[in-house]
Amino acid sequence: MAYFEQPERILLPVNVAYMALTVALALLFNLMPWNDLVGVPDLVALVLTFWCVHQPRRMGIGAAWLVGLVMDAGNGALLGQHAFAYAFLAFGAISLHRRILWFSLWRQAVHVLVLLLACQALMLAVRMIAGGAFPGPLYFLGSIVAAALWPTASFFLLLPQRRPESVDENRPI
Amino acid sequence: MDYQPPPFFSRGPAPLVRLGFFVSLAVLLMVLDARFGYAESLRKVVATLIYPLQRVALAPAELLDAAGDFFTTQVALRQENDQLKAKDLRAASDLLTLESLRAENAQLRRMLDARERIPRAATAAEILYQGRDPFSRKVIIDKGGQQALETGQAVVDDVGVIGQVTRVYPFLAEVTLITDKEQRTPVEVVRNGLRAVVYGGGDKGALDLSYTATNADVQADDLVVTSGIDGTYPPGLPVCKVSKIERNAAYSFAKITCIPAAGTDQNRQVLVLAREAGLPPPPAETEPKVAPQPKQKRARPGKS
Repeated sequence: MAYFEQPERILLPVNVAYMALTVALALLFNLMPWNDLVGVPDLVALVLTFWCVHQPRRMGIGAAWLVGLVMDAGNGALLGQHAFAYAFLAFGAISLHRRILWFSLWRQAVHVLVLLLACQALMLAVRMIAGGAFPGPLYFLGSIVAAALWPTASFFLLLPQRRPESVDENRPI
Repeated sequence: MDYQPPPFFSRGPAPLVRLGFFVSLAVLLMVLDARFGYAESLRKVVATLIYPLQRVALAPAELLDAAGDFFTTQVALRQENDQLKAKDLRAASDLLTLESLRAENAQLRRMLDARERIPRAATAAEILYQGRDPFSRKVIIDKGGQQALETGQAVVDDVGVIGQVTRVYPFLAEVTLITDKEQRTPVEVVRNGLRAVVYGGGDKGALDLSYTATNADVQADDLVVTSGIDGTYPPGLPVCKVSKIERNAAYSFAKITCIPAAGTDQNRQVLVLAREAGLPPPPAETEPKVAPQPKQKRARPGKS
C-alpha cells in the first residue's frame, strides 16, 4: 500500500492532453462489443470520477456531460441519459474531492462505489420512466467492479505526474 | 449586507448552477428524444463523428473472430459440410415443389382477383454486436444508409423474424429485436388464423401474446407467424411458439408467453427485407388524437 501515492506527496502538474487521452481510451473500452457480459465496469464513469476528484478545476460537469452525450450516441441509448447521470456524478465527485483524498485508496474506493452506484441508479430511474425493461440486479455489478479498479486506476492515471522514486540529496523536493 | 472578500480564484459559476444547467439540458434532450423523436439528427451527427472510434473498438473482437476462423479444425469444417449437405437435400424436395406451387398460387390469386404477392428485395447483413444499452434488446448490423436501408424494414434469419430496423446510420443500422419491451409484431396463430400482437418481454427469450381474450383458442405449442397486415413483415414468417398459457377468470386477457422461433441471440447472418411497394402510406401518427371528436358526434345522434 505504501507504494501508492499518498495525498501529501507532491505531484507534477497534470497534462491536459493526458487527461483527454485517458477519457478517450475509456470511451474506446466502453464502446467495445461486450454483448451480454455482466459486470463490465463503466470505465468512462471511473475516469471522469478520478479526474473530478484529482483535478476539479480542469475536469468538470460540462465535460462530463459532453462525454455522456458521446456515450449515448455510441450506445444507442436514450439521448441524454448518460449525460444526465455523468453530470450528477461529476457534481458529486467535485463536492467530495476535498474529503475523498484524505482516505487510503481502498477507503476512497468505497466513496467512489457510492458515487458510481448513484450514477447507475439515476440511469435506471430515467430508463424505467421512459419505459425500458429492468435489466436485473446484476446490472449494478459493473459499479462494484469499477470501484474495485479504483486503486489500480489511481496508480496508472497518476503515473505521468509522479516524480522519480530515487531521492536526490541535492534536490529540494 | 455582509462584505465578502473577492474570491482568490475565479472559477466561473458555482457547481450547483452548472449542475442545474447541464441537468436541465439533459432532461430536455431526453424528453425530445423519448417523446417527440426530435433528437435523431443530433444523434446521427455524434454517431457519425465517433464512427472511427467505434470501428477501432470493434477491431479486437474482429481479430479474435478471425483467429478463431483460422484455427477451425478440418473435422469441424467437414462436420458442418455434412450437416449442410443433409439440410440441402431435405430442402431440395421442398424447393422442387415450390416452383409449381408458386405458379399455381399465382394463378389462383389471379382467379380470385387478389393482389399478387411480390417477392421482396433483400439485403444480407451481419450482426456486428449487441447493443450496449442494458435496458433494451437491440443489435447493430453492418449495413446502413449507404446500402439504402430504411427504418421500419423487417429483419429475418433463416428461421423467422428477429426484428425491425429502427435507426439507420450512414454505415450501420440498429435493429430492435422482437424481444425488446417496446417492440410489437402483428401476428396470427397458424392453426386457426387468430390475429394478435406479440409484445417483447424485455429479457432474453420471452414474448407476450398480449390482449388475447381469456377464452381465445390458443394452445401450447401453437406456431405464431406474421400476419403481414401492416405490410412491414411479409405474411407467414415464423415469429414464435406458444410455451405457457395462464388463464385467470379475474382478468379479461389471458397471459400467454411465447418463445421466439428465430435465434434472436445466436445468428450472425441476417436478411433485411425491403418494404413492400404499392401499399398506401400508413396514416399519420397524429391522427388518433384528432379522431375521437367526430366519433363522439356520430355516437350522439345514434343514442337519441
